[in-house]
Amino acid sequence: MMGPEVTWYLIVASILFTIGALGVLVRRSPLIVLLSLEIMLNGANLALIAFARHQGDADGQIFALTVMAVAASEVVVGLGLIVAMSRRRLPLDVDRMTTLRG
Amino acid sequence: MDVGNILVWIVWFAAAFACLGSGIAVVTFANPFYSALALIGNLASLAVLYLLLSAEFVAAAQVLVYAGAVMVMFLFVIGYLGGRADAPWAGGPSWQQVAAICAAGALLVEIVVAVGLKAGDRLDDEATIGASFGSPQEIGRLFLTNNLLAFEITSIVLLVAAVGGVILGAHSRRFDREVARR
Repeated sequence: MMGPEVTWYLIVASILFTIGALGVLVRRSPLIVLLSLEIMLNGANLALIAFARHQGDADGQIFALTVMAVAASEVVVGLGLIVAMSRRRLPLDVDRMTTLRG
Repeated sequence: MDVGNILVWIVWFAAAFACLGSGIAVVTFANPFYSALALIGNLASLAVLYLLLSAEFVAAAQVLVYAGAVMVMFLFVIGYLGGRADAPWAGGPSWQQVAAICAAGALLVEIVVAVGLKAGDRLDDEATIGASFGSPQEIGRLFLTNNLLAFEITSIVLLVAAVGGVILGAHSRRFDREVARR
């Protein structure tokens, strides 16, 4: 294979996943929590595609495309929830959203 | 090492560092608008990495669906809500942030140990692939033969998400009317 081995891609993927997890844990704005979730999903996608290339089996790419569709659905529902929260004048702060009742 | 190999390494390093740098930028920027723009850079550099892994169709879908459609929706919502900045690192780190950084570090160690134990000795032998690996034709064939069920379930998931988005919007509109009546 030309260029880096699968190990290098896995290192990038795991660091990316950790950065996303850090964002989900640290940030308070639900918008940035959603953006960090996207980073976590992309770290997992990179690992899937790296292993697909390593095994010579395109099923990993199929899985990555399915993850992309699920991520798009998740963004639709998450952004809908955030817009509904802001319309009800609830604080856009995940530390202060502690009850399920609106 | 021939010239082509060195070129691939250079492109890989540029894409990987852009990817990690823009990921850190997403987490650290105070303004959500800048975070979303940094995420677009992250997705674009990931598409370059996908191309190096000969996943052409996934790279194209990444740029079109993620960096295009999903991020435009994000930017619209951020514009609608107004870019409220929360200063994440103001006033020194709190105990919560220290605990979060420790948890993320533990997660990284856990991933490395798990992958290393499970697959550490099998990461060297690389499979050889044909020229059509990862092409739209190959992906389409796999989606309509071996993975037909996943394909159909994906369409149902997207439909449910669209209906859920409409219902969430309708609920908050009804709430607006109730507030106006009071």
